[in-house]
Amino acid sequence: MGSRLSTAIRYLTRASWKPIGCASLVASAWFLIRHVRQGPRASTDSVPDVSVVRLNAVVALLGRFPALAGVDLDVSAGEVVLVQGPNGAGKSTLLRLCAGLLRLESGRAEILGLDLAESRHAVRRRVGLLGHDTALYDELTVIENLNFWASASRVDRSMVPPALDRLGVPTRLHDVAVSKLSAGQRRRVAIAGVVVRRPELWLLDEPHAGLDQMGRDLVDELVVDAAAAGATVLMASHELDRTVDLANRIVVVAGGMVVADTPKSKEGGNDAC
Amino acid sequence: MLADAILVAAKDLRIEMRSRVTVSQVVPFAGLVLVLFGFALDANRPTLDLATSGLFWVTVLFVAIMAVQRSTAIETTDGARRALLLAGVEPGAVFMGKATAVSVQLLAVELVLTGGIVVLYDASIDEPLLLATTCIVATIAIAAAGTLMGALVAGVRARETVLPILMLPVLAPVLLGATRAFDDALGSVAVNGWSWLAMLAGFTIINIALGVLAYGVLLEET
Amino acid sequence: MTTSMADRSTATSPRGTGSRTTQLLGIAGIIGLVALILLSFFVAPSDDDQHDAVRMIFIHVPMAMLTYVAFSLTAIGSVAWLWKRSIWWDTVAHGAAEVGVMFCGLTLFTGSIWGRPTWNTYWDWGDVRLVTTLILFLVMVGYLAVRSLDGDTDSIATRAAVIGIIGAVNMPVVNRSVTWWSSRRTLHQKSSLTDGNLEGLTLFTMMFGLLVFSIIMAWMLIHRFRISWLERQVGEGDLSEALVARRAEAKVGFDAHGRTSK
Repeated sequence: MGSRLSTAIRYLTRASWKPIGCASLVASAWFLIRHVRQGPRASTDSVPDVSVVRLNAVVALLGRFPALAGVDLDVSAGEVVLVQGPNGAGKSTLLRLCAGLLRLESGRAEILGLDLAESRHAVRRRVGLLGHDTALYDELTVIENLNFWASASRVDRSMVPPALDRLGVPTRLHDVAVSKLSAGQRRRVAIAGVVVRRPELWLLDEPHAGLDQMGRDLVDELVVDAAAAGATVLMASHELDRTVDLANRIVVVAGGMVVADTPKSKEGGNDAC
Repeated sequence: MLADAILVAAKDLRIEMRSRVTVSQVVPFAGLVLVLFGFALDANRPTLDLATSGLFWVTVLFVAIMAVQRSTAIETTDGARRALLLAGVEPGAVFMGKATAVSVQLLAVELVLTGGIVVLYDASIDEPLLLATTCIVATIAIAAAGTLMGALVAGVRARETVLPILMLPVLAPVLLGATRAFDDALGSVAVNGWSWLAMLAGFTIINIALGVLAYGVLLEET
Repeated sequence: MTTSMADRSTATSPRGTGSRTTQLLGIAGIIGLVALILLSFFVAPSDDDQHDAVRMIFIHVPMAMLTYVAFSLTAIGSVAWLWKRSIWWDTVAHGAAEVGVMFCGLTLFTGSIWGRPTWNTYWDWGDVRLVTTLILFLVMVGYLAVRSLDGDTDSIATRAAVIGIIGAVNMPVVNRSVTWWSSRRTLHQKSSLTDGNLEGLTLFTMMFGLLVFSIIMAWMLIHRFRISWLERQVGEGDLSEALVARRAEAKVGFDAHGRTSK
């Protein structure tokens, strides 16, 4: 009995960590590879849908808080949708979800014809999100920043100066470090960064915030042009007098749900072109 | 992927060059630590000789913590992490780029430190090749593990205190290997430095692999 | 088990984390511990070289083995969390890490007590296994430090899971590579179990110790798991309740907003 037991023990101790260690190593590597690969492998060849945003009972959590508590929303190509609602209603969360930055807790979401649960990474490349952060590196100059983001997004760098021009950032500021810009100028540079990407879906979170009168007009022009070019715009804003005219649809969000959805009378803003 | 890594590395290095934190703060700090160790042990010259390589690498680890904190802060200050996700850069490439930038900074500091131990500690470099290779291999391991740990605590409160707690134990084997290899290169202890270097290389590869694989998971936690 | 736990905690708040199983395990653990003490001090013979110090292995070796079991559980749980977002496994990983850190600490503690009479030192830096165990200990202390951070539970869980995996991946490698390349002496016993020197009662006592400590560890793990599980329930509340509350905001928000925008 003793020898058989000790053989068994010898086996146990000698191999005790090996299978466990190897198995967990292999398993973790496998998982991580799957995870990392998910993006590039995503199917982008699915049949294009008329709906650019199609959300069905979408619940998304911030931590454990259900910031989106069952959103239903269907946005067609070329629409300009104004997302309204009180503070904390879930407007920013809605835009971030559409950008593929949040995990779906439940419900179905298709953005640009891609299932968000499967193809978050592919969605991200095709949308342009203007959030509250400007995502600019303080030490780098305006042009260096946008060149970096252009290259990172696989966009040609020659798009950068025209985009800055478009936002009224004067050439003399191109080689100034971003930390030396005013808040409004910084914001303009950030918007130019979105323009450079030429997104199919524009997700603008308070695009007018911090801008002067001229800047606000420029943003309005951008939205009109983007829609005319066939892109879709989702815009959260408190600037009602300004944006109501721009939008051809107003969606009211409250408590993490769409509580009102009003198409404007001027039909077919997407036929303008 | 390589192009993205280079892009990120160039960006980080350019930011470092502009802010001059490495030159104006990190290098003086490293020198200071070296001098303080000297004060603490100088009464006993043989002890200092024996301890030189250990002190060198402990100093490098201290410096690495600072460098990693800086490197992480670059991405967290203004929501750049989210923008990186939206740009669709391969997270592995971001990791490689950031680790490369940290490596370059650390190597610059190590160059100064090597001068420091020669002048202050009277170290003699017997095997320059072993010394240089050890520096490069160990530094990459430190930068890789550090960059991963930096991403791990990014955006969390109390990250400044948690980062060393996470980084130092994981890097303890690197400290061990690099110190032994340096012992050989400086001729202070008779060990086979090249075999320690082989162990170091193994660690470097594992740290890089872990970083490339896990960085994406952590980047998503913005 | 998962669902029944959840049901019970939301329906009627439980008074404790005990159950028939844990009571049995607990009683078995206490009886086993007493028996182990009797066995190791009065029945098992003393060693020719190590004399009475050999009795430490009845605690030390089982603890060391169970440390690896616990940390392997943490690694598996971490992978399962990252892969399937399984809260159950995440809770297991957390509990196993805590118990594992305790066992690992006791391994180091008992080891150094044993080292004093046997090696004439509490701690030897040249000893590979000692140093690697210490590193493992520190890495997992880091895991617990991350767990204690403020922040979104899921986010913290993900961050911790990465360390759990790093710890598990690093350790065998440290252990192996240092052994392969180390030209330095090592004081540690090659492995008390595998060199075949242990026989009869000594071996039996050690295996008995392993059994006893396994039972105690299982008992601790179950309790720790249930505590974490309940903590999560209390801390986060029920998602469906949160959804109802959030949707109630929608009504208020709509009434207020509808009036202003019209």
